[in-house]
Amino acid sequence: MSYPAGSTVRVRTGDPDHHTRAPRYVRGHTGVIIAALGHWAVPDDSARGIDPPRVETCYAVRFSAADLWGSGDHTVTVDLWESYLDRP
Amino acid sequence: MTGHDDLPTAARARQLEERLIAAGLTSDDEIDEFLTRLLALASPVNGARMVARAWTDPHYRDLLLFDGTAAAAELGFERLGYALRVVANTEATHNVIVCTLCSCYPVSLLGPSPGWYKSFAYRSRTVREPRVVLAEFGLMLPDEVAISVWDSTSEARYMVLPARPTGTDGLAADGLAALVTRNGLIGTALV
Repeated sequence: MSYPAGSTVRVRTGDPDHHTRAPRYVRGHTGVIIAALGHWAVPDDSARGIDPPRVETCYAVRFSAADLWGSGDHTVTVDLWESYLDRP
Repeated sequence: MTGHDDLPTAARARQLEERLIAAGLTSDDEIDEFLTRLLALASPVNGARMVARAWTDPHYRDLLLFDGTAAAAELGFERLGYALRVVANTEATHNVIVCTLCSCYPVSLLGPSPGWYKSFAYRSRTVREPRVVLAEFGLMLPDEVAISVWDSTSEARYMVLPARPTGTDGLAADGLAALVTRNGLIGTALV
């Protein structure tokens, strides 16, 4: 599954007991795909020495500050691997 | 080294180095060689050259925004070790870069990152209240300018393409590059 630019995604919730690059402040929040950045090893796997690691598309996903924090007029764009994301 | 040897962090880093060396995973020579290679040519002058070229060459600007890695290579900055993404400031939008998880930063194009970039305060507050953070840097943006924050959580490294200042029509690329600061490339200054 891949997400075209402009599609809406939701960051998966959960709190893994290993390294991950999904910052807590976006988990469970809905954002919009800005761009696909490349196909890269999933850091959750490489940090645990899983060989070979999963390789997935990483996306720039944009969130509104009002949604993340309840206030603010800016946006925050976060790079997230495909398995961090779900359809909303 | 660099005068930071007395800091607790330096002592911890040295302990880690010694453990890695004792385990046969690396050597002092290998670490020195890596750091030399990493830092010898790393300077914000590199990023500034790319910006000046983009201000004077529309085709290069397009390439820079479409494929930053290729645009860096065109000026001789090859084998970056990361995917470069460049985001352009406009009259309507100002961009600022942060890494909330650690301190990811395009070292080879911007030079070693400043201490504040790695601070908990900058990392936590920039995603939460960027307008206030930028004002503390002396950058007061009009309310109508939207702020776009980029959190470098992946293999991509971000750099800001500032807007060309007005009144610089007479300047050639060298003169333009001299206007560009490291903070301008991070987004905590206008240029």
